[in-house]
Amino acid sequence: MPDVNRGNRPLSPFMIGPYYRPQLTSVTSILTRITGNALIVAALMIVWWLLAASTGPEYFAFANGFVTSWFGDLVMFLSVWALWYHTLAGIRHLIWDNAKMLEIDKAEMLGWMVIIGSGVLTVFSVVVLW
Amino acid sequence: MAFLTDRKRATGWGAAKSGTEHFWAMKKSSVALLILIPFFVFTFGGILGSSFEEVQAYYARPFPAIIAALTLIVGFKHFNDGFQVLVEDYVHGIWEKILILGMTCISYGAAAVGVFAIAKMAL
Repeated sequence: MPDVNRGNRPLSPFMIGPYYRPQLTSVTSILTRITGNALIVAALMIVWWLLAASTGPEYFAFANGFVTSWFGDLVMFLSVWALWYHTLAGIRHLIWDNAKMLEIDKAEMLGWMVIIGSGVLTVFSVVVLW
Repeated sequence: MAFLTDRKRATGWGAAKSGTEHFWAMKKSSVALLILIPFFVFTFGGILGSSFEEVQAYYARPFPAIIAALTLIVGFKHFNDGFQVLVEDYVHGIWEKILILGMTCISYGAAAVGVFAIAKMAL
């Protein structure tokens, strides 16, 4: 196929930019990807904390001091929200994968459920674990 | 065609031929995490902030140790599969391969370190 146009084809416009207004469905979808990938920070901190706990008291004191510092607390708090958000958004995807609730009003209702539900679960977790 | 399931009809198509398997792998790990994550949040969250001795004793118990190990194994696999899709969407060329390979090393490495640490405390 020598005459096939490779690399110079028009692309459909990216979702972020002048072509689309932000919508509840697109914003909640972007947040799903951001929360999922951002959880690597807390995940690596937890692995480090576990390694320190299995190593000895001195190293544990160092790692535990960092993970439970104000910075560590902030990362963990944001990560609890990210984890619940990503979990609820994941349930939404499992529903959509079965071609259910794809109508705009139902899809937007699921979006609000993910936003409100993640907030409620975060507050619940913090209250229980404080 | 009526004898084939939708998934069977989708398998092996697309540019990479493996998209259906990737999708199905993430679906399996997501359902597993749906069960594991609530248990992990309230076991790990409960012991975080305790003393060295309390943490040792806690992860010597089977339930918190098994939940934590399973969550790390399934969670890092799910993370790595998801990160691969992120990279495939936005990064192309040599950096696409470097990022996917690098994060695969980090994901499996971190899961192995975590499981080793838990096993050391549990046994």
